[in-house]
Amino acid sequence: MIEVKGLRKVFGDITAVDGVEFSAAKGDVLGFLGPNGAGKSTTMKMLCCFLPPDGGTATICGNDILQEPLKVKSSIGYLAENAPTYEEMTVREFLKFIAAAREVSNPKEAIEKVSKSCSISNVMNQTIGTLSKGYRRRVGLAQALIHDPQVLLLDEPTDGLDPNQKHDVRELIKSLAKEKCIIISTHILEEVEAICNRVVIIAQGKVLTDSTPQELKDKEGATLDEVFRKLTSATPETASAVS
Amino acid sequence: MNGFSSIFKRELKGYFSTPLAYVFLVIFLCLATFQTFRGGFFQIRQANLSVFFFQMPTLLLFLVPAIAMRLWSEEKKSNSIELLLSLPITTAQAVLGKFFAALGVMFIALVLTFPIVVTVYYLGAPDSGPIIGGYVGSFLIAGAFLALGSFFSALTRNQVIAFILGIVACGAFYYAGSPAALKWLSSALGSGAADVFEHFSFQLHFESLLRGVLELRDIIFFMIVTAASLWANTLVIENHR
Repeated sequence: MIEVKGLRKVFGDITAVDGVEFSAAKGDVLGFLGPNGAGKSTTMKMLCCFLPPDGGTATICGNDILQEPLKVKSSIGYLAENAPTYEEMTVREFLKFIAAAREVSNPKEAIEKVSKSCSISNVMNQTIGTLSKGYRRRVGLAQALIHDPQVLLLDEPTDGLDPNQKHDVRELIKSLAKEKCIIISTHILEEVEAICNRVVIIAQGKVLTDSTPQELKDKEGATLDEVFRKLTSATPETASAVS
Repeated sequence: MNGFSSIFKRELKGYFSTPLAYVFLVIFLCLATFQTFRGGFFQIRQANLSVFFFQMPTLLLFLVPAIAMRLWSEEKKSNSIELLLSLPITTAQAVLGKFFAALGVMFIALVLTFPIVVTVYYLGAPDSGPIIGGYVGSFLIAGAFLALGSFFSALTRNQVIAFILGIVACGAFYYAGSPAALKWLSSALGSGAADVFEHFSFQLHFESLLRGVLELRDIIFFMIVTAASLWANTLVIENHR
Protein backbone atom coordinates (compact mmCIF):
# COMPACT_ATOMS: atom_id res chain seq x y z
CA MET A 1 0.00 0.00 0.00
CA ILE A 2 2.91 2.32 0.75
CA GLU A 3 6.08 2.12 -1.25
CA VAL A 4 8.78 4.66 -0.37
CA LYS A 5 11.60 4.86 -2.91
CA GLY A 6 14.73 6.83 -2.11
CA LEU A 7 13.04 9.93 -0.65
CA ARG A 8 15.37 12.87 -0.16
CA LYS A 9 14.85 16.31 1.29
CA VAL A 10 17.46 19.02 1.72
CA PHE A 11 17.09 22.23 3.76
CA GLY A 12 20.05 24.48 2.96
CA ASP A 13 23.14 22.60 4.12
CA ILE A 14 21.21 19.97 6.02
CA THR A 15 20.05 16.76 4.37
CA ALA A 16 17.01 16.03 6.48
CA VAL A 17 15.96 12.87 4.65
CA ASP A 18 18.58 10.94 2.73
CA GLY A 19 17.32 8.15 0.50
CA VAL A 20 14.69 6.69 2.80
CA GLU A 21 13.18 3.42 1.51
CA PHE A 22 10.59 1.12 3.06
CA SER A 23 7.24 -0.37 2.25
CA ALA A 24 4.12 -1.19 4.21
CA ALA A 25 1.09 -3.31 3.40
CA LYS A 26 -2.53 -3.46 4.52
CA GLY A 27 -2.71 -4.63 8.13
CA ASP A 28 0.70 -3.18 8.96
CA VAL A 29 1.19 -0.78 11.83
CA LEU A 30 4.63 0.57 11.13
CA GLY A 31 6.45 2.37 13.90
CA PHE A 32 8.65 5.04 12.37
CA LEU A 33 11.28 5.61 15.03
CA GLY A 34 14.15 7.98 15.42
CA PRO A 35 15.68 10.59 17.72
CA ASN A 36 14.52 14.21 17.45
CA GLY A 37 15.61 15.74 14.16
CA ALA A 38 16.09 12.35 12.48
CA GLY A 39 13.79 13.27 9.60
CA LYS A 40 10.64 11.44 10.69
CA SER A 41 8.28 14.39 10.37
CA THR A 42 9.89 15.55 7.13
CA THR A 43 9.30 12.09 5.64
CA MET A 44 5.69 12.15 6.81
CA LYS A 45 5.23 15.62 5.29
CA MET A 46 6.50 14.37 1.95
CA LEU A 47 4.25 11.31 2.07
CA CYS A 48 1.15 13.46 2.62
CA CYS A 49 2.20 15.68 -0.32
CA PHE A 50 2.77 18.74 1.85
CA LEU A 51 6.51 19.00 1.14
CA PRO A 52 7.82 18.26 -2.34
CA PRO A 53 10.78 15.85 -2.17
CA ASP A 54 14.16 16.85 -3.63
CA GLY A 55 14.70 13.31 -4.85
CA GLY A 56 13.02 9.93 -4.97
CA THR A 57 9.31 9.34 -4.72
CA ALA A 58 6.66 7.20 -3.07
CA THR A 59 3.46 5.51 -4.08
CA ILE A 60 0.46 5.30 -1.81
CA CYS A 61 -2.43 3.01 -2.81
CA GLY A 62 -0.87 2.79 -6.25
CA ASN A 63 -0.69 6.56 -6.78
CA ASP A 64 2.59 8.41 -7.07
CA ILE A 65 2.95 11.35 -4.67
CA LEU A 66 4.47 13.49 -7.43
CA GLN A 67 2.13 12.53 -10.26
CA GLU A 68 -1.21 12.17 -8.48
CA PRO A 69 -1.05 14.25 -5.31
CA LEU A 70 -4.83 14.79 -5.11
CA LYS A 71 -5.55 11.04 -5.29
CA VAL A 72 -2.86 10.39 -2.68
CA LYS A 73 -4.30 13.05 -0.39
CA SER A 74 -7.78 11.56 -0.75
CA SER A 75 -6.59 8.13 0.27
CA ILE A 76 -4.70 9.17 3.40
CA GLY A 77 -5.63 10.52 6.80
CA TYR A 78 -2.86 12.68 8.21
CA LEU A 79 -2.30 13.84 11.75
CA ALA A 80 0.48 16.42 11.68
CA GLU A 81 2.92 17.00 14.50
CA ASN A 82 1.23 19.03 17.28
CA ALA A 83 -2.15 18.39 15.60
CA PRO A 84 -2.75 21.82 14.04
CA THR A 85 -6.41 22.86 13.76
CA TYR A 86 -8.39 26.08 13.40
CA GLU A 87 -8.68 27.28 16.96
CA GLU A 88 -11.55 29.71 16.43
CA MET A 89 -13.88 26.98 15.19
CA THR A 90 -15.95 24.63 17.31
CA VAL A 91 -15.10 20.95 17.05
CA ARG A 92 -18.30 20.29 15.09
CA GLU A 93 -17.70 23.14 12.63
CA PHE A 94 -14.13 21.99 12.13
CA LEU A 95 -15.11 18.39 11.41
CA LYS A 96 -17.89 19.60 9.10
CA PHE A 97 -15.33 21.63 7.17
CA ILE A 98 -12.95 18.69 6.82
CA ALA A 99 -15.82 16.41 5.77
CA ALA A 100 -16.89 18.94 3.11
CA ALA A 101 -13.36 19.45 1.79
CA ARG A 102 -12.89 15.68 1.64
CA GLU A 103 -16.28 15.20 0.00
CA VAL A 104 -17.49 12.70 2.59
CA SER A 105 -20.80 11.32 1.33
CA ASN A 106 -22.67 11.29 4.64
CA PRO A 107 -20.93 13.93 6.77
CA LYS A 108 -23.38 13.79 9.69
CA GLU A 109 -22.93 10.06 10.16
CA ALA A 110 -19.14 10.28 9.69
CA ILE A 111 -18.85 13.05 12.30
CA GLU A 112 -20.99 11.06 14.72
CA LYS A 113 -18.82 7.99 14.20
CA VAL A 114 -15.42 9.65 14.66
CA SER A 115 -16.59 11.72 17.61
CA LYS A 116 -17.49 8.47 19.36
CA SER A 117 -14.36 6.56 18.41
CA CYS A 118 -12.10 9.46 19.39
CA SER A 119 -14.10 10.20 22.58
CA ILE A 120 -14.81 13.84 21.77
CA SER A 121 -18.63 13.72 21.76
CA ASN A 122 -18.79 15.83 24.93
CA VAL A 123 -16.82 18.76 23.45
CA MET A 124 -18.41 18.95 20.00
CA ASN A 125 -19.77 22.47 20.56
CA GLN A 126 -16.69 23.83 22.27
CA THR A 127 -14.21 26.12 20.53
CA ILE A 128 -11.03 24.20 19.75
CA GLY A 129 -8.89 26.98 21.24
CA THR A 130 -10.42 26.30 24.67
CA LEU A 131 -9.67 22.56 24.64
CA SER A 132 -6.86 20.82 26.50
CA LYS A 133 -3.90 19.39 24.62
CA GLY A 134 -5.25 15.85 24.85
CA TYR A 135 -8.61 16.82 23.40
CA ARG A 136 -6.98 18.80 20.60
CA ARG A 137 -4.93 15.81 19.60
CA ARG A 138 -8.03 13.64 19.56
CA VAL A 139 -9.81 16.25 17.40
CA GLY A 140 -6.80 16.02 15.09
CA LEU A 141 -7.13 12.27 15.07
CA ALA A 142 -10.86 12.57 14.33
CA GLN A 143 -10.20 14.75 11.28
CA ALA A 144 -7.69 12.19 10.01
CA LEU A 145 -10.25 9.39 10.32
CA ILE A 146 -13.38 11.15 9.10
CA HIS A 147 -13.21 9.88 5.51
CA ASP A 148 -12.29 6.33 6.59
CA PRO A 149 -8.96 6.42 4.72
CA GLN A 150 -7.03 3.34 3.67
CA VAL A 151 -3.76 4.80 4.88
CA LEU A 152 -3.14 6.65 8.14
CA LEU A 153 -0.05 8.78 8.74
CA LEU A 154 0.12 9.74 12.40
CA ASP A 155 2.91 11.99 13.58
CA GLU A 156 3.29 11.47 17.33
CA PRO A 157 -0.39 10.67 17.92
CA THR A 158 -0.12 10.18 21.69
CA ASP A 159 2.17 13.10 22.49
CA GLY A 160 0.76 15.12 25.38
CA LEU A 161 -1.93 12.61 26.33
CA ASP A 162 -2.36 11.25 29.84
CA PRO A 163 -1.87 7.49 30.38
CA ASN A 164 -5.58 6.73 30.06
CA GLN A 165 -5.90 8.70 26.85
CA LYS A 166 -2.75 7.08 25.49
CA HIS A 167 -4.28 3.70 26.18
CA ASP A 168 -7.52 4.69 24.41
CA VAL A 169 -5.74 6.00 21.34
CA ARG A 170 -3.61 2.86 21.11
CA GLU A 171 -6.69 0.69 21.40
CA LEU A 172 -8.31 2.75 18.65
CA ILE A 173 -5.27 2.32 16.39
CA LYS A 174 -5.21 -1.41 17.07
CA SER A 175 -8.88 -1.70 16.18
CA LEU A 176 -8.26 0.11 12.88
CA ALA A 177 -5.15 -1.87 12.01
CA LYS A 178 -6.76 -4.82 10.24
CA GLU A 179 -8.36 -2.79 7.52
CA LYS A 180 -5.71 -0.12 7.04
CA CYS A 181 -2.06 0.58 6.62
CA ILE A 182 -0.83 2.79 9.45
CA ILE A 183 2.46 4.61 9.92
CA ILE A 184 3.12 6.06 13.34
CA SER A 185 6.04 8.37 13.84
CA THR A 186 7.14 8.35 17.44
CA HIS A 187 10.00 8.17 19.84
CA ILE A 188 8.00 6.45 22.55
CA LEU A 189 9.30 2.89 22.47
CA GLU A 190 6.61 1.35 24.69
CA GLU A 191 4.12 2.50 22.08
CA VAL A 192 5.95 0.59 19.38
CA GLU A 193 5.94 -2.55 21.47
CA ALA A 194 2.27 -2.11 22.28
CA ILE A 195 0.85 -1.59 18.79
CA CYS A 196 3.37 -1.96 15.97
CA ASN A 197 4.09 -5.10 13.99
CA ARG A 198 6.85 -3.37 12.04
CA VAL A 199 9.58 -0.98 13.03
CA VAL A 200 11.74 1.30 10.91
CA ILE A 201 14.46 3.22 12.75
CA ILE A 202 16.01 6.27 11.13
CA ALA A 203 18.70 8.73 12.17
CA GLN A 204 20.25 11.57 10.23
CA GLY A 205 17.76 10.98 7.47
CA LYS A 206 18.86 7.40 6.79
CA VAL A 207 17.10 4.12 7.51
CA LEU A 208 19.15 2.17 10.04
CA THR A 209 16.93 -0.85 10.37
CA ASP A 210 13.67 -2.24 9.00
CA SER A 211 12.38 -5.11 11.07
CA THR A 212 9.73 -6.25 13.55
CA PRO A 213 9.94 -5.34 17.25
CA GLN A 214 10.33 -9.00 18.25
CA GLU A 215 12.98 -9.74 15.63
CA LEU A 216 14.97 -6.73 16.67
CA LYS A 217 14.90 -7.72 20.33
CA ASP A 218 15.82 -11.36 19.57
CA LYS A 219 18.63 -10.40 17.22
CA GLU A 220 20.27 -7.94 19.55
CA GLY A 221 19.36 -9.81 22.71
CA ALA A 222 18.30 -6.61 24.40
CA THR A 223 15.20 -4.50 25.07
CA LEU A 224 13.88 -2.27 22.31
CA ASP A 225 15.02 0.69 24.32
CA GLU A 226 18.60 -0.58 24.38
CA VAL A 227 18.53 -1.47 20.70
CA PHE A 228 17.28 2.00 19.86
CA ARG A 229 20.01 3.67 21.88
CA LYS A 230 22.68 1.42 20.47
CA LEU A 231 21.64 2.12 16.89
CA THR A 232 20.99 5.83 17.11
CA SER A 233 23.72 6.93 19.49
CA ALA A 234 26.34 5.54 17.09
CA THR A 235 25.60 8.53 14.87
CA PRO A 236 26.33 12.03 16.19
CA GLU A 237 23.36 14.12 17.26
CA THR A 238 21.64 15.48 14.19
CA ALA A 239 20.88 19.13 13.81
CA SER A 240 17.80 19.77 15.87
CA ALA A 241 16.83 22.62 13.57
CA VAL A 242 15.30 20.11 11.19
CA SER A 243 11.80 19.15 12.15
CA MET B 1 -14.73 23.00 -7.05
CA ASN B 2 -15.70 21.45 -3.74
CA GLY B 3 -12.29 22.40 -2.39
CA PHE B 4 -12.86 26.04 -3.32
CA SER B 5 -16.36 26.24 -1.88
CA SER B 6 -15.48 24.54 1.40
CA ILE B 7 -12.52 26.89 1.94
CA PHE B 8 -14.59 29.90 0.90
CA LYS B 9 -17.39 29.04 3.34
CA ARG B 10 -15.01 28.28 6.19
CA GLU B 11 -13.15 31.54 5.74
CA LEU B 12 -16.25 33.70 5.37
CA LYS B 13 -17.82 32.12 8.45
CA GLY B 14 -14.50 32.63 10.24
CA TYR B 15 -14.68 36.39 9.70
CA PHE B 16 -18.12 36.59 11.27
CA SER B 17 -17.60 34.09 14.10
CA THR B 18 -14.78 36.26 15.46
CA PRO B 19 -14.93 40.03 16.10
CA LEU B 20 -12.74 40.59 13.04
CA ALA B 21 -15.46 41.29 10.48
CA TYR B 22 -17.49 43.48 12.86
CA VAL B 23 -14.51 45.57 13.94
CA PHE B 24 -13.46 45.97 10.33
CA LEU B 25 -16.94 46.94 9.11
CA VAL B 26 -17.57 49.42 11.92
CA ILE B 27 -14.18 51.13 11.50
CA PHE B 28 -14.52 51.18 7.73
CA LEU B 29 -18.00 52.70 7.80
CA CYS B 30 -17.12 55.26 10.49
CA LEU B 31 -14.00 56.42 8.69
CA ALA B 32 -15.64 56.48 5.25
CA THR B 33 -18.51 58.59 6.57
CA PHE B 34 -16.30 60.84 8.68
CA GLN B 35 -13.92 61.53 5.79
CA THR B 36 -16.83 62.27 3.48
CA PHE B 37 -18.40 64.87 5.75
CA ARG B 38 -15.05 66.35 6.74
CA GLY B 39 -14.08 66.50 3.06
CA GLY B 40 -16.95 68.89 2.34
CA PHE B 41 -19.85 66.68 1.29
CA PHE B 42 -22.35 69.47 2.09
CA GLN B 43 -20.07 72.42 1.39
CA ILE B 44 -19.64 71.62 -2.31
CA ARG B 45 -23.42 72.00 -2.65
CA GLN B 46 -23.60 69.40 -5.39
CA ALA B 47 -25.58 66.18 -5.33
CA ASN B 48 -22.76 63.77 -6.03
CA LEU B 49 -20.48 61.36 -4.21
CA SER B 50 -17.14 62.63 -5.53
CA VAL B 51 -15.87 63.42 -2.01
CA PHE B 52 -16.87 59.96 -0.80
CA PHE B 53 -15.10 58.15 -3.63
CA PHE B 54 -11.97 60.33 -3.74
CA GLN B 55 -11.01 59.39 -0.20
CA MET B 56 -11.92 55.72 -0.67
CA PRO B 57 -8.55 54.43 -2.01
CA THR B 58 -6.62 55.97 0.91
CA LEU B 59 -8.95 54.28 3.35
CA LEU B 60 -8.69 50.95 1.51
CA LEU B 61 -4.92 51.33 1.35
CA PHE B 62 -4.74 50.90 5.14
CA LEU B 63 -7.70 48.68 5.85
CA VAL B 64 -7.40 46.08 3.09
CA PRO B 65 -3.84 44.99 4.00
CA ALA B 66 -5.14 44.66 7.58
CA ILE B 67 -7.62 42.05 6.38
CA ALA B 68 -5.16 40.45 3.96
CA MET B 69 -2.21 40.14 6.34
CA ARG B 70 -3.62 37.15 8.18
CA LEU B 71 -4.68 35.14 5.12
CA TRP B 72 -1.53 33.01 4.92
CA SER B 73 0.74 34.28 7.71
CA GLU B 74 -1.65 32.94 10.32
CA GLU B 75 -1.85 29.53 8.64
CA LYS B 76 1.93 29.39 8.53
CA LYS B 77 2.38 30.47 12.11
CA SER B 78 -0.14 28.03 13.59
CA ASN B 79 0.99 25.35 11.14
CA SER B 80 -2.61 24.79 10.08
CA ILE B 81 -1.28 25.21 6.53
CA GLU B 82 -0.04 21.64 6.88
CA LEU B 83 -3.56 20.48 7.60
CA LEU B 84 -5.03 22.65 4.85
CA LEU B 85 -2.64 21.46 2.15
CA SER B 86 -2.92 17.80 3.12
CA LEU B 87 -6.61 17.98 2.18
CA PRO B 88 -7.39 16.85 -1.37
CA ILE B 89 -7.55 20.38 -2.78
CA THR B 90 -5.23 22.27 -5.09
CA THR B 91 -3.19 25.24 -3.91
CA ALA B 92 -5.05 27.45 -6.38
CA GLN B 93 -8.39 26.44 -4.86
CA ALA B 94 -7.11 27.35 -1.40
CA VAL B 95 -5.73 30.71 -2.60
CA LEU B 96 -8.94 31.59 -4.43
CA GLY B 97 -11.20 30.39 -1.62
CA LYS B 98 -9.42 32.62 0.87
CA PHE B 99 -9.27 35.56 -1.53
CA PHE B 100 -12.95 35.50 -2.44
CA ALA B 101 -14.03 35.14 1.20
CA ALA B 102 -12.03 38.27 2.10
CA LEU B 103 -13.40 39.99 -1.01
CA GLY B 104 -16.87 39.05 0.25
CA VAL B 105 -16.20 41.03 3.43
CA MET B 106 -15.07 44.00 1.30
CA PHE B 107 -18.23 43.68 -0.78
CA ILE B 108 -20.39 43.74 2.35
CA ALA B 109 -18.45 46.80 3.59
CA LEU B 110 -19.12 48.67 0.34
CA VAL B 111 -22.80 47.64 0.28
CA LEU B 112 -23.20 48.95 3.84
CA THR B 113 -22.23 52.44 2.70
CA PHE B 114 -25.67 52.65 1.04
CA PRO B 115 -27.05 55.33 3.45
CA ILE B 116 -24.74 57.88 1.89
CA VAL B 117 -26.15 57.01 -1.56
CA VAL B 118 -29.70 57.28 -0.22
CA THR B 119 -28.79 60.66 1.30
CA VAL B 120 -27.48 62.08 -1.94
CA TYR B 121 -30.51 60.86 -3.92
CA TYR B 122 -32.78 62.33 -1.23
CA LEU B 123 -31.05 65.70 -1.36
CA GLY B 124 -30.85 66.06 -5.12
CA ALA B 125 -30.78 64.33 -8.48
CA PRO B 126 -27.24 63.01 -8.90
CA ASP B 127 -25.84 61.51 -12.08
CA SER B 128 -25.87 57.74 -11.51
CA GLY B 129 -22.90 57.02 -13.83
CA PRO B 130 -20.13 58.27 -11.55
CA ILE B 131 -21.75 56.59 -8.54
CA ILE B 132 -21.84 53.20 -10.27
CA GLY B 133 -18.32 53.79 -11.62
CA GLY B 134 -17.16 54.77 -8.15
CA TYR B 135 -18.50 51.58 -6.59
CA VAL B 136 -17.12 49.39 -9.39
CA GLY B 137 -13.74 51.15 -9.07
CA SER B 138 -13.70 50.83 -5.28
CA PHE B 139 -14.54 47.15 -5.46
CA LEU B 140 -11.87 46.49 -8.11
CA ILE B 141 -9.23 48.44 -6.22
CA ALA B 142 -10.13 46.57 -3.02
CA GLY B 143 -9.71 43.29 -4.92
CA ALA B 144 -6.32 44.32 -6.29
CA PHE B 145 -5.11 45.50 -2.85
CA LEU B 146 -6.38 42.28 -1.32
CA ALA B 147 -4.57 40.11 -3.86
CA LEU B 148 -1.33 42.06 -3.29
CA GLY B 149 -1.80 41.76 0.47
CA SER B 150 -2.48 38.04 0.18
CA PHE B 151 0.74 37.61 -1.80
CA PHE B 152 2.81 39.34 0.89
CA SER B 153 1.03 37.37 3.57
CA ALA B 154 2.17 34.18 1.84
CA LEU B 155 5.78 35.32 2.04
CA THR B 156 6.04 35.54 5.82
CA ARG B 157 4.70 33.95 8.98
CA ASN B 158 4.78 37.35 10.66
CA GLN B 159 1.53 39.27 10.25
CA VAL B 160 3.07 42.66 11.05
CA ILE B 161 5.63 42.26 8.27
CA ALA B 162 2.86 41.13 5.89
CA PHE B 163 0.84 44.23 6.84
CA ILE B 164 3.69 46.68 6.30
CA LEU B 165 4.80 45.13 3.02
CA GLY B 166 1.17 45.09 1.89
CA ILE B 167 0.68 48.80 2.59
CA VAL B 168 3.95 49.74 0.89
CA ALA B 169 3.14 47.68 -2.21
CA CYS B 170 -0.45 48.93 -2.46
CA GLY B 171 0.76 52.52 -1.88
CA ALA B 172 3.42 52.16 -4.57
CA PHE B 173 0.88 50.86 -7.09
CA TYR B 174 -1.63 53.53 -6.18
CA TYR B 175 0.60 56.58 -6.06
CA ALA B 176 2.82 55.63 -9.03
CA GLY B 177 0.66 57.97 -11.12
CA SER B 178 0.60 60.95 -8.77
CA PRO B 179 2.24 64.13 -10.14
CA ALA B 180 4.98 64.08 -7.47
CA ALA B 181 5.87 60.46 -8.17
CA LEU B 182 5.84 61.00 -11.93
CA LYS B 183 8.07 64.04 -11.64
CA TRP B 184 10.55 62.08 -9.57
CA LEU B 185 10.38 59.07 -11.90
CA SER B 186 10.92 61.09 -15.06
CA SER B 187 13.96 62.85 -13.56
CA ALA B 188 15.39 59.57 -12.27
CA LEU B 189 14.53 57.18 -15.09
CA GLY B 190 13.52 59.39 -18.00
CA SER B 191 10.10 60.39 -19.26
CA GLY B 192 9.57 57.06 -21.07
CA ALA B 193 9.74 55.13 -17.84
CA ALA B 194 7.46 57.63 -16.14
CA ASP B 195 4.86 57.03 -18.87
CA VAL B 196 5.00 53.30 -18.26
CA PHE B 197 4.60 53.77 -14.52
CA GLU B 198 1.68 56.11 -15.05
CA HIS B 199 -0.19 53.39 -16.90
CA PHE B 200 0.41 50.98 -14.05
CA SER B 201 -0.98 53.42 -11.53
CA PHE B 202 -4.19 52.43 -9.78
CA GLN B 203 -5.02 56.10 -9.37
CA LEU B 204 -5.19 56.75 -13.11
CA HIS B 205 -7.55 53.84 -13.74
CA PHE B 206 -9.64 54.54 -10.66
CA GLU B 207 -10.17 58.19 -11.54
CA SER B 208 -11.13 57.17 -15.04
CA LEU B 209 -13.88 54.95 -13.59
CA LEU B 210 -15.00 57.79 -11.29
CA ARG B 211 -15.88 59.86 -14.34
CA GLY B 212 -18.75 57.45 -14.80
CA VAL B 213 -17.55 55.79 -17.98
CA LEU B 214 -17.01 52.10 -17.40
CA GLU B 215 -14.06 51.65 -19.70
CA LEU B 216 -13.23 48.01 -20.30
CA ARG B 217 -9.49 48.66 -20.22
CA ASP B 218 -9.67 50.05 -16.67
CA ILE B 219 -11.67 47.06 -15.48
CA ILE B 220 -9.32 44.64 -17.24
CA PHE B 221 -6.30 46.42 -15.77
CA PHE B 222 -7.47 45.79 -12.20
CA MET B 223 -8.42 42.22 -13.03
CA ILE B 224 -4.98 41.51 -14.50
CA VAL B 225 -3.18 42.95 -11.46
CA THR B 226 -5.42 40.88 -9.17
CA ALA B 227 -4.99 37.68 -11.18
CA ALA B 228 -1.21 38.13 -11.44
CA SER B 229 -0.90 38.68 -7.68
CA LEU B 230 -2.99 35.60 -6.94
CA TRP B 231 -0.95 33.54 -9.37
CA ALA B 232 2.27 34.69 -7.66
CA ASN B 233 0.58 33.90 -4.34
CA THR B 234 -0.07 30.33 -5.50
CA LEU B 235 3.54 29.90 -6.64
CA VAL B 236 4.87 31.15 -3.30
CA ILE B 237 2.67 28.72 -1.36
CA GLU B 238 3.67 25.84 -3.61
CA ASN B 239 7.39 26.52 -3.39
CA HIS B 240 7.96 27.91 0.09
CA ARG B 241 6.06 25.76 2.53
